[in-house]
Amino acid sequence: MSLTLDQVHRIAHLARIEVDETEARSTLGQLNEIFGLIETMQAIDTQGVAPMAHAQDLAQRLRPDCVTENDQLAWRSAFQAIAPEAEAGLYLVPRVIE
Amino acid sequence: MIEHSLADIAQALASRRISSVELTALYLDRIGRLDPQLNAFITVDRERSLAQARAADERLARGDTQPLTGIPIAHKDIFCAKDWRTTCGSKMLDNFVSPYDATVISRFQQAGAVLLGKTNMDEFAMGSSTETSFHGPTANPWALDRVPGGSSGGSAAAVAARLAPAATGTDTGGSIRQPAALCNLSGMKPTYGVVSRYGMIAFASSLDQAGPLARSAADCALLLNCMAGFDERDSTSLDRPREDFARELTAAAGGRPLAGLRIGLPEQFFGEGCSPDVMQLIEAAIAEYRQLGAETVPLSLPNMGLSVAAYYVIAPAEASSNLARFDGVRYGYRAPAYDDLTDMYCKTRAQGFGAEVKRRILIGTYVLSHGYYDAYYLQAQRIRRLIADDFAEAFRQCDVVLGPTSPSTAFRLGEKAADPVQMYLSDIYTIAVNLAGLPAMSIPCGFAGGLPAGLQLIGNYFTEARLLDIAHRYQQVTDWHRQCPAGHA
Repeated sequence: MSLTLDQVHRIAHLARIEVDETEARSTLGQLNEIFGLIETMQAIDTQGVAPMAHAQDLAQRLRPDCVTENDQLAWRSAFQAIAPEAEAGLYLVPRVIE
Repeated sequence: MIEHSLADIAQALASRRISSVELTALYLDRIGRLDPQLNAFITVDRERSLAQARAADERLARGDTQPLTGIPIAHKDIFCAKDWRTTCGSKMLDNFVSPYDATVISRFQQAGAVLLGKTNMDEFAMGSSTETSFHGPTANPWALDRVPGGSSGGSAAAVAARLAPAATGTDTGGSIRQPAALCNLSGMKPTYGVVSRYGMIAFASSLDQAGPLARSAADCALLLNCMAGFDERDSTSLDRPREDFARELTAAAGGRPLAGLRIGLPEQFFGEGCSPDVMQLIEAAIAEYRQLGAETVPLSLPNMGLSVAAYYVIAPAEASSNLARFDGVRYGYRAPAYDDLTDMYCKTRAQGFGAEVKRRILIGTYVLSHGYYDAYYLQAQRIRRLIADDFAEAFRQCDVVLGPTSPSTAFRLGEKAADPVQMYLSDIYTIAVNLAGLPAMSIPCGFAGGLPAGLQLIGNYFTEARLLDIAHRYQQVTDWHRQCPAGHA
């Protein structure tokens, strides 16, 4: 299997990473080498083998859906103090609805 | 003091032969003098560390002490620490000052340990050489033109150069064990779920596990005692009874303390691929273990050869999902100029992430995309099961699996940086352990051409205390782990 330049652009768009043409070309070569390594898996017959998602095969532990943190306004301002742009408790982003 | 064990330092602090402020200042001075040539630290904050040391001295004066009270510890810059810059080795988080503590950090704080600084690492822990850091590479104290390993290379270089008595690391595919091997340290990756991942910046969540990097197995045990424990804030944290990981280390040296121990030697660790000089040291270590009474059992891990391929599907897949949060909205870097929201995301991520991180996000995005999921992700998870089953079979025949940690000693800075596949293959002996979720250690086992090599010990689930004892017994009869790089004594 070999990726194409178009596929690299498409994956980069899905991942929301801007790549220019030069970068896409060098990335293409590197990704194809890495996929060459990954492809060695395909020779293995895994029919009937259950996929393993987690080392201990445990179910995800759940917790009650309730408020756990006090002083939420203080936390909000602490978290928004490190935001690139925030105002009046809101995160600011470029306008998305006209 | 810099060659003392953590237990001896604790003794010196308890008996007031040295104060935590004096000890912390000693290490800060060493960092100031020796770190410019190593670049092991990203952030050092003298006043903040000394304030913690003063608080520790007050605790010591009150007699309110725990084994690590007053001891300075360096932390990999992947752990969020309140009011400390936490960059994860990335431009994306270069301006990130954490509003909260990771559970690992708060456990050290509660123990009264001093936060000595944040150490360098491969960007988002993706690498085996610490060369992908936004803050520049770290040098190996044993040879300044060589890598310290990675991704916890800053922590390893700092402890090896005696810039810190001990440090924390994280291990997703070998990132504690491989730098331990390359820097002559003892390092442990515990069983998945033993140490909380809360506040530890996520790379591949089903593989990531924090652990200690130190100068001996005994020091690792004390650190793990502080780090391990159930945490309701990590949904994969395991709720197990507390245990003392140092409990098996008390017996005196002598005799054949490991009589009856069955050491498994998988043929996959002893074939081609490992450099002959490293293999010679591993063979000598096996002979040492036989002297200690252990017997060896030949065995096979038939699917181990597939571990790197499966890992480079699973880890990037999880990374592409985890790193989606870095969007320039809530924290971290935002591109200075953009057109609309999508353009802001794309430019922020293009400028904020380095080349290796982008490569892995792209691999992950591809293997999870429509039409490819079954062929890659599902197949990798099935192979993961085969690898875990191989280990389960191995542990029916032996108590511990032994082999090299890394196929070579430290390579040169720049040697593998341009060839991702070569870099990935340097983790060939460590990755299978993460896929299976097992505990494993690397301990020093000698030198080749003046560079240290590491011996890897892999145990069954939850056998950390036993592994530490097996490592400690070797360290009672050898002195490889006591060697200090020239110019750092």
